[in-house]
Amino acid sequence: MSASLIGARVQRKEDYRFLTGAGQYTDDVTLPHQSYAAFVRSPHAHATIKSIKIDKAKKAPGVLAVYTGEDVAGAKLGGLPCGWLITDVNGQPMKEPPHPVLAHGKVRYVGDHVAVVVAETQEQARDAAEMVEVSYDVLPAVVDASQATKKGAPVLHDIAPDNTCYVWALGDKAAVDAAFAKAAHVTKLEFINNRLIPNAIEPRAANGHYSRADDSYTLYVANQNPHVERLLMTAFVMGLPEHKVRVVAPDVGGGFGSKIYLYAEDVVVTWASRQIGRPVKWTADRSESFVSDAHGRDHHTIAEMAMDKDGKFIGMRVHTTANIGAYLSTFASCVPTILYATLLAGQYTTPLIFCQVTAVFTNTAPVDAYRGAGRPEATYVVERLVETAAREMKLDPAEIRRRNFIRQFPYQTPVALQYDTGNYEATLDAAMKMADVAGFAKRKEEAAKRGKLRGLGYAAYIEACGIAPSAVAGSLGARAGLFEAGEIRVHPTGSVTVFTGSHSHGQGHETTFAQVVADRLGMAVENVDIVHGDTSKILFGMGTYGSRSIAVGGTAIVKALDKIIDKGKKIAAHLMEASEGDVEYDRGVFKVAGTDKQKAFGEIAFAAYVPHNYPHDKLEPGLNENAFYDPSNFTFPAGSYVCEVEIDPDTGQTRIVNFTAVDDFGKIINPMIVEGQVHGGLTQGIGQALTEACHYDSATGQLITGSFTDYCIPRADDVPSYKVDTRETPCTHNPLGVKGCGEAGAIGAPAAVMNAITDALWSMGIKDVPMPATAQTVWKAIQSASKKAA
Amino acid sequence: MSVKVSMKVNGKAVSGEVEERTLLVTFIREQLRLTGTHVGCDTAQCGACTVSMNGAAVKSCSMLAMQAEGADVMTIEGVAAADGTLHPMQAAFKEHHGLQCGFCTPGMVMNAIDFAKKHPSASEQDVRDALEGNLCRCTGYHNIVKAIMAGSKAMAGAK
Repeated sequence: MSASLIGARVQRKEDYRFLTGAGQYTDDVTLPHQSYAAFVRSPHAHATIKSIKIDKAKKAPGVLAVYTGEDVAGAKLGGLPCGWLITDVNGQPMKEPPHPVLAHGKVRYVGDHVAVVVAETQEQARDAAEMVEVSYDVLPAVVDASQATKKGAPVLHDIAPDNTCYVWALGDKAAVDAAFAKAAHVTKLEFINNRLIPNAIEPRAANGHYSRADDSYTLYVANQNPHVERLLMTAFVMGLPEHKVRVVAPDVGGGFGSKIYLYAEDVVVTWASRQIGRPVKWTADRSESFVSDAHGRDHHTIAEMAMDKDGKFIGMRVHTTANIGAYLSTFASCVPTILYATLLAGQYTTPLIFCQVTAVFTNTAPVDAYRGAGRPEATYVVERLVETAAREMKLDPAEIRRRNFIRQFPYQTPVALQYDTGNYEATLDAAMKMADVAGFAKRKEEAAKRGKLRGLGYAAYIEACGIAPSAVAGSLGARAGLFEAGEIRVHPTGSVTVFTGSHSHGQGHETTFAQVVADRLGMAVENVDIVHGDTSKILFGMGTYGSRSIAVGGTAIVKALDKIIDKGKKIAAHLMEASEGDVEYDRGVFKVAGTDKQKAFGEIAFAAYVPHNYPHDKLEPGLNENAFYDPSNFTFPAGSYVCEVEIDPDTGQTRIVNFTAVDDFGKIINPMIVEGQVHGGLTQGIGQALTEACHYDSATGQLITGSFTDYCIPRADDVPSYKVDTRETPCTHNPLGVKGCGEAGAIGAPAAVMNAITDALWSMGIKDVPMPATAQTVWKAIQSASKKAA
Repeated sequence: MSVKVSMKVNGKAVSGEVEERTLLVTFIREQLRLTGTHVGCDTAQCGACTVSMNGAAVKSCSMLAMQAEGADVMTIEGVAAADGTLHPMQAAFKEHHGLQCGFCTPGMVMNAIDFAKKHPSASEQDVRDALEGNLCRCTGYHNIVKAIMAGSKAMAGAK
């Protein structure tokens, strides 16, 4: 018997094509008679459209068509839908203003789609787009959510005269207020969770193709969930029969949430391909990505923690204003609510929590889920409060956490979730040891001799992955199911093709899922291929986001495998003339218990397809099974991060000198891939903490940070090499015991970094520093603290 | 106005009609259909378009096709051996999990090969500094740095 593939560092099957330039991303797909689209975008944050003149553009070389909002409205294309209905504190549905695919009458953010030009070449389309003359009446704009709710602020949508999409709350406010009234100490912080621009390195792209031959459409699109894209596009926007539309998300160059959504461009190229009878391709340039991809975060929060005299948390109160941009993106509404407030218990036994969220429209790009989606924001609230509380109460930050850790599982939090398992002490202990916390005082002293400030900060995060079950999500407003589908096709010679509704855009599913299947079937990973990202091949899929793939998609595959093995046992029993109950299965071998009779998996597969000696009276030939899996609960990955920074007080420059992450992802299939996910997540989290800030000009609503020269995603020399490890409490409610690992780093890192920075600056009287803690920000904080001290 | 350009790409003589403004990366991707060279930005920051020209790594989005007239260009498609065996740098990226979505990877590999040739015994910090012009959003660079260190060693050893 070969060694188990579960837990093996198997090199990735997908790497060869990526390393040799053979990957096929959406922009690499060029179809016969290909044409190209370029969008005319609003240069204003808020304006009424007086007129659009397209004559010049139409006559430009190579131009095939020009369409405006009136054309798409005339064609009865619906607006882009929002997939989650939030019900407000008064029991009323959230405000859902129309989200037209091409602006109609009004533009509401810089980058809003106004018209599209289709031409023979991309250059011709872009040239002609410059010739579309749009006359605007510019209106006052508002980009800051806190300003947008004030009386007299510019109004974006008539149905939301106060720019408020909803005011939503979770928890017993009166009980929480009572807890605060008897607190020995209250820690209060007010901060901004900075707005981020996802910036997957592959820009968004879409290539729509209508075939007159069978009246069908194919859309190639850089997307994380092709079936969801198809469902939303056909049922809600275009009114097309779902079976006439194929959506292919081929190799996708990173997503991080930004490619979950149905975007206007996807709809427009699909529709336009029918109008002109040719495939229409659009690929964003980076400048377009900056203004038009869904952004992330952007919370303004006032958070309070109430403690008894021993530092035991007795209540938590959080008020958040969430900027959701100009329109509701596909899952915008659930991010600052369902995926945020429910995580505010963190790893702690805080018995009473109240959270109120006001979601606000502003003249900015739509805001939606970005790696972590609500959970980084929640972790930031909890872990900044906890660390600050420890310092204020003169308790060791690790000790205050230990005093409040949840230790009994399952644990029902006061914010709706029930954690199935965890061991928070184990990850904290391991992280402290790896980070050599014991030696920190000495290192701090040594740094001080060099004139540098050292700080050490923790983050003990929890996340909820694989949103589930569908019935509960539905009761909370989800307009979709949240299951996953998988299919196992065993070929006559015993090799296997697996079809999964999960989608890989860097996560390495082609390897991880192959390991799961090959291990169960006792074969080499090379004999298992994973197919994903094509609605014409895969029976259904909800896609990949929220770290759900292995926990939900992986389990669907395992359930299909169980069916394969069940059928295999029946075939084996027949071939070995045994009763089915006596057939045992162990990784590729069917045995008759207590005898030396056995059949290999390949022999069973062959018999299923060459059924000469076969139980035809009881079984159909063939070996092909599918399964849908709807989880009974979320999974709850958790971990402890320790960040150590060194600050140069003369420049404000912060250097991360040590970053340790110990995570509990439950069972791990491929540690190499998991570590890679953690490294990437940490780097995005560090980006949020130190370098990344989306900034709109408050007067004009122009995006100031619209390129990689202005918006700093971390470079290799901005981040350290990481120390990562794992501890394991298997998930109790899925057969693999897995929890998911994709977002953890981005969730835990910002708080760890900012806790380290504020630790270094605490003795100067600096309690908080805003993210991103750029050199300038830290320098300013030091300067104003020194002035106060003087 | 269109102009004719001729160059050697991956050892093969190629030529084509381009506009004067056509970028080298556009010529490579759209006319030669070598789509392994990627475009990730429009400000010469991301490095996904990096190719080798006359033996040095260049960003093919930052030069015109005309500027490569007569040049010897190598794209990611020309890096592995004719029989498909990976170049030591490619192999190191695979072994050390130095790629995830794969989009920045061709540019990373092209830059890494050039860097390793010039700095056969670089330190980790040298490698991080050398990646200033190559952005990755997936890996956090940790494994890319490891891969380039190992790939450099393997390249030096293979000489």
